[in-house]
Amino acid sequence: MLRDDGALVPLAGATDLYVSLNFGTLTQTRFIDLWPLQGLRRIGLAGDVLSIGALATYTSLIRSRLVRQRVPMLVAAAREIGGIQIQNRGTIGGNIANGSPAGDTLPVLAAVDAVIVARSAADERRIPFAGFYTGYRANVLRPDELIVAVEIPAVDGTQWFRKVGTRAAQAISKVVMAGVRANGTSHVALGSVGPVVVRARETEAALARGDIDAAAATLGREITPIDDIRSTADYRRRVAANLLRQFWAETTPS
Amino acid sequence: MRFRLNGADVDIDAHPMRRLLDVLREDCGLTGTKEGCGEGECGACSVLIDGDCVVSCLVPFAQVEGCSVTTIEGIDAEPLQRAFMDEVGAQCGICTPGMIIAAATLGANPTRQEMQQALAGNLCRCTGYEAIFRAIRAAKRQGGAPAAAADAGR
Amino acid sequence: MPSVIEHAVGRSVSRKDGIGKATGRAIYADDLSFPGMLWGRTVRADIPCGRVRTIHRAFDESGFTVVDFRDIPGKNVIALIEHDQPCLVEQEIRHATEAVLLLAHEDRERLLAARVDIEYDARPPVLEPERSSVVFKHIRIEKGGVDAALAGADLIVEGTYRTGAQEHVYIEPNGVIAVPENGGIAVHGSIQCPYYVHKALVTLLGDAVSHVRVVQTETGGGFGGKEEYPSTIAAHAALLALKARRPVKLIYDRSEDMVATTKRHPSIVRHRTGVTRDGRIVAMDIDVLLDGGAYVTLSPVVLSRGTIHAAGPYRCDHTRIVGRAVMTNTPPNGAFRGFGAPQTQFAMEVHMDRIAESLGMDPVRLRELNALTPGDTTATGQVLGNDCSALETLRRAVKQSRYHEKRANVASTGRGVGVSLFYHGSGFTGSGELRLASRAAVELTDQGVRVLTSSTEIGQGTRTMHAQIVADALGIPYEQVEVAQPDTSRVPDSGPTVASRTCMVVGGILQRAAAEVRRRIGDAAPGDYFRANGPLRVEAEYEQPEWIRWDDDSYTGDAYATYGWGCNVAEVEVDPVTFEVRPLRLTAVVDVGKAIHPALAIGQVEGGTAQAIGFALLEHVVMRDGAMANGQLTNYTIPTTLDTPPIDVTLVENPYPGGPFGAKGLGELPMDGPAPALINAIRSVGFDVREAPAIPEVVMAARRS
Repeated sequence: MLRDDGALVPLAGATDLYVSLNFGTLTQTRFIDLWPLQGLRRIGLAGDVLSIGALATYTSLIRSRLVRQRVPMLVAAAREIGGIQIQNRGTIGGNIANGSPAGDTLPVLAAVDAVIVARSAADERRIPFAGFYTGYRANVLRPDELIVAVEIPAVDGTQWFRKVGTRAAQAISKVVMAGVRANGTSHVALGSVGPVVVRARETEAALARGDIDAAAATLGREITPIDDIRSTADYRRRVAANLLRQFWAETTPS
Repeated sequence: MRFRLNGADVDIDAHPMRRLLDVLREDCGLTGTKEGCGEGECGACSVLIDGDCVVSCLVPFAQVEGCSVTTIEGIDAEPLQRAFMDEVGAQCGICTPGMIIAAATLGANPTRQEMQQALAGNLCRCTGYEAIFRAIRAAKRQGGAPAAAADAGR
Repeated sequence: MPSVIEHAVGRSVSRKDGIGKATGRAIYADDLSFPGMLWGRTVRADIPCGRVRTIHRAFDESGFTVVDFRDIPGKNVIALIEHDQPCLVEQEIRHATEAVLLLAHEDRERLLAARVDIEYDARPPVLEPERSSVVFKHIRIEKGGVDAALAGADLIVEGTYRTGAQEHVYIEPNGVIAVPENGGIAVHGSIQCPYYVHKALVTLLGDAVSHVRVVQTETGGGFGGKEEYPSTIAAHAALLALKARRPVKLIYDRSEDMVATTKRHPSIVRHRTGVTRDGRIVAMDIDVLLDGGAYVTLSPVVLSRGTIHAAGPYRCDHTRIVGRAVMTNTPPNGAFRGFGAPQTQFAMEVHMDRIAESLGMDPVRLRELNALTPGDTTATGQVLGNDCSALETLRRAVKQSRYHEKRANVASTGRGVGVSLFYHGSGFTGSGELRLASRAAVELTDQGVRVLTSSTEIGQGTRTMHAQIVADALGIPYEQVEVAQPDTSRVPDSGPTVASRTCMVVGGILQRAAAEVRRRIGDAAPGDYFRANGPLRVEAEYEQPEWIRWDDDSYTGDAYATYGWGCNVAEVEVDPVTFEVRPLRLTAVVDVGKAIHPALAIGQVEGGTAQAIGFALLEHVVMRDGAMANGQLTNYTIPTTLDTPPIDVTLVENPYPGGPFGAKGLGELPMDGPAPALINAIRSVGFDVREAPAIPEVVMAARRS
């Protein structure tokens, strides 16, 4: 249908898209409702890979024993999105497709090297998260493709997540960070500090050398925060460095 | 669109992309669900869909097909409603229907933290939330959680 | 008359609102419909300063009602203190969002899709109050000889303090429905002051209508944001309804409401204070600057209350307070709970802590030494009576919160503790109540009596509290008293529902009206008398206490009949990673004279405290090009359940003999103290913050080295 009908916008939990529509800032007028597709809600394990259906809501992530066991930082992220009303409707597929720089699950998916499963009438392909976004709210999906699942390989090490919002609940992130640390290796990803989620690889290299001060300095160069109505570039930069240090301190075995 | 509304089977003809909030208020004459922001932030438009608390300003009407919708007019939550008035959990009252819908999802004897989490998506400007917690505690102490509606499951 | 009737006053009786608010049956403006009703929309200027060059209606006008300034039959003005604010732009634009054109249509989609293109000749706007040369109001309060006293002080402490704008965020946006009726017009809506709207419409519509009727619907919060603003939205709806000859519903969406309507006046307050080495305040030199926005609206009165309260609840023989409210090319600012006093007392209370720091003194001790006591005079020369409770509230709050113990442990716990002491005059300032000449009535019914006032229930408990007062004044059961819906065709003008006057002033008038009813009907039960003798209605007018002396020219004398008093202690944690401030506990001890309904009174304190927590920490109005850029609830963040701490309230009852059953004003007092208490708590853990909101970006920049 997407292939045949051209500009149809997929609609799931509607917690982002519908707001734009109702405020008149969305130009598209034709939608395809994915909500009834129960098959896209499944959370399951295939070997060592956790597969989460694109239509899994934040509530289902929070309640899933598998997600809690294997990717607790995804649960932490889901818990901080909106209140129960948003959590009951918002989906992980929607968070990915919407591609907001402040999307709270995105640093988590970046840090665990998730794989996005996209399907069209013709085929299905697996897109590594690192290659999914091409720019601000832009991704490699073809017009006839839908995200159907996101796959997360086994995560080795301690997971860490922190969101800094404009208030304690129902907040858009000013800075959001997900980290994984295992022995000598760390994965660090941040949101709200650039047009797309940042996987801070140079920072990770400095951390691998055990040099937290160099890592904090490097992080400041790897992110491109801006001033906007919610915060300042200066605040974001300083707090990102602070988050990195907090991550490092809290994941250091005592 | 065929669905269950406050325990009764209904068939309502409305554009599928209209907000559920507007269909309830305008087509069904159920004005108890309120609009406070239209962006899903204030929770005043909260309803239950298959027992889940959602903001109806963000639900396209198409998505309630075959579901069970419960509004403040249909919810079985008399102890909560009474407690909100007696404990002054409602001052101006505009957030109250949404608050009660959200509070109805709590179990018996909720802790302060559980109440905070359940109501984090419902804004109140009048009470500072303390009296809302008192009201919920009082209601949920009176013999268990109120049932959501005639049929909450799908 | 039954021999034993339980007094209603002082008990948390069952409320007159019934259960409708909790069942969804209470009727707010947007719940109402009238046959043939049209939807209304306001087309607004989007430059802050300049002139309209052309207006092009780029839409199919069939079925549309279009109104511009030429359709105004009376004066093109929103009548308030001054007549400077036009109802609709004629040519000159003084602020972004100023209303240019009004549209109405049966079909809401067509209404919203209609495109109107406006071309402007823009002019450079004045956006900073410090750069404005247009002064709406100037006030000077002087007592003693400040300059000499400063020269003789042991130490002078100076400081500048700022507060930002604050948006009310009543959860129900502004909305009205105008309905042509019998050659006149009726407006139903979310309104705090029906007679303000009435007056504005009479001026606007002149002879075009035979009468004007204003009816208040159940109102989802006001906080001052529906004091004067509804005159504008009602004017717009009425013009459309009269031209269309059909009812017109005009409801703002959240964004329009946040961006286009009034906000709290931003303030810059400068202090120069002379003290002795042992902590006595000997001189206060205070400068107050308020940003009024583009038109006068209520700025003179906000400035008045702000300057009168600027010296805080402290004794000082030599005081000078100079205040200015100035124009900027921004949407006009207006009434918001506290009305100038939260701004100036913010400055005073943070300044007090800085004085304590300079002297190496405990902030509570400094306040104890200088707090006003009965017999002291205020900055305007008012001698305070036994109804002054500054010290009592201070001592009780300090004890209740274990302030000293927590303050001593700040270094080890990392938790900040701060205190503030504050007061709030009840009722209108000076001669204001005399000028209002408010009236209220009690009439007999078959069941008992009915209360008739234009005072509005906006959540604070007006209906209930008035019924309690009348029941006890008459000596009848509370259940026999009903309260009429405020409809200007039925109720007298009791003045606006503002200024913490609804209980003390209007309740007082009702008390006298009820007493007069009792005098006339003797021992009879009201219902019996009504059935035997027919209707009886007694209307009473405000009587100023004979001892009040106030001079408007010199700004001296008895500024208010009485004051409420309060003390806040705030405990916070400042996150060293993110600089977020987490409030842990807020202790509030307030003297309300008499709590007519204790649960409602506590509700006012808890709610006002939460709103002040937002003012202190979270609510940041971001202005761009003269308009609010973050006008969505997503981006203008009021406290959620996870942002407010436990709020511990103690009510003190030190009665004001002139108030009904001893009651003083209550609604605004709780707004005055929490912000400086929170900032003082932040200061106690090493951040030199002198402004609100103390958002994390501000706290980060205020780190003390």
